[in-house]
Amino acid sequence: MNEPRPTHVDLARSFEDSGVRDVLRELDETLVGLEPVKSRIRETAALLLVDKARRQIGLATETPTLHMSFTGNPGTGKTTVALKMADLLHRLGYVRKGHLVTVTRDDLVGQYIGHTAPKTKEVLKKAMGGVLFIDEAYYLYRPENERDYGQEAIEILLQVMENNRDDLVVILAGYADRMDRFFASNPGFRSRIAHHVEFPDYSDGELLHIAERMLAAQNYRLDEGARAAMGEYIAARRGQPHFANARSVRNALDRARLRQANRLFNEAKGPLDADTLSTITEPDLRASRVFGGGLDVDRRTRQAISQAAE
Amino acid sequence: MRLRQGQFSFLPDLSDDDIRVQAQYAIDHGWAVSVEYSDDPHPRNTYWEMWGHPMFDNPDAAAVVFEVNECRKEHGGKYIRVIAFDSTPGWESIRMSFIVNRPATEPGFRLVRQEAAGRVVRYTIESYATREPEGLRY
Repeated sequence: MNEPRPTHVDLARSFEDSGVRDVLRELDETLVGLEPVKSRIRETAALLLVDKARRQIGLATETPTLHMSFTGNPGTGKTTVALKMADLLHRLGYVRKGHLVTVTRDDLVGQYIGHTAPKTKEVLKKAMGGVLFIDEAYYLYRPENERDYGQEAIEILLQVMENNRDDLVVILAGYADRMDRFFASNPGFRSRIAHHVEFPDYSDGELLHIAERMLAAQNYRLDEGARAAMGEYIAARRGQPHFANARSVRNALDRARLRQANRLFNEAKGPLDADTLSTITEPDLRASRVFGGGLDVDRRTRQAISQAAE
Repeated sequence: MRLRQGQFSFLPDLSDDDIRVQAQYAIDHGWAVSVEYSDDPHPRNTYWEMWGHPMFDNPDAAAVVFEVNECRKEHGGKYIRVIAFDSTPGWESIRMSFIVNRPATEPGFRLVRQEAAGRVVRYTIESYATREPEGLRY
């Protein structure tokens, strides 16, 4: 029954065979920027590959702790990277199915006594064999309400994270400062999470690059004027409230497409060619309220504040 | 007397890993796996108590093993089985059923003879365990 253990392992071979190279290359190609994240993932992949080799030879027996925390501002690609991570862990054989279950506080915490435990367990069962991604994890813990059911969900989570380490990997995600406070008040979590990955904000150039990629994926393109306008848009949008990196860019592009469609509908007299249908021009972007100083609501609030100050 | 019911009942008891592999087979075929328990081992007792809901949307069988172990904590002295329900039209029935937990002692069944009209004798079986009221068996 027992096969003799191999005495040598070829890391390059297993790197090639397991398909990890493909995942890492895909990560490099599809994600703009995020250098520190990519290097952390490469390190993690190397660690897991070596660990797998050690297990084949019989040097290691314990499953390494794989739970992670992703911290960063909104729209910096945490969910996208989590999806890639699930794929990576699946190819390395650390999770059996490699699916990603994304949840927030609402999916874990119940509304009345005795509701939380079954709800949390249901989610955990669904995530077994894959990766559980808890977005904005700090909402689980509400120190101001001592009867909050979040604490119960945290206890079940910790128990399963410890006892069923072979079955699922938990990734906690959220803003950096609030996650730090969450970990400080729940030391159990900090010690059970081996990998802390920080997601930096995108630079203006990277966001412009992302915008062009998003459009290319939908067979749209920016003309020269629109490209310049987009650059200015990103710079202006950054200074306004609720800036969410790539997500803000996506929303801006969605609205630009809306305006483009409206413009074509109103102006077009003859038949349109593919080029006209897929080009977003400067006026489509310039019409955005961001150039006028943000949303009307925000502007009114700011005016009220400055008037009050005077 | 060892209860022989469902699949694998002539094999030694299944380990957690065996259960996982079998349940995964069912899940991969799209069958809903659920855990049930009972203290009435009569072969015609079809409807056992359900332990939680059938697991319709769990892609991995680790969840089934997890539930079996949760059920063992509560009902470790009873029979526990895992069943897989196939909902495809034409089947709409149980495709797999196997016992994963049994009581420490299984007293077996006795033969009951009932004298009916004329010299007719009707035969049936009765589990020794079911002479006790529910909850006190095993």
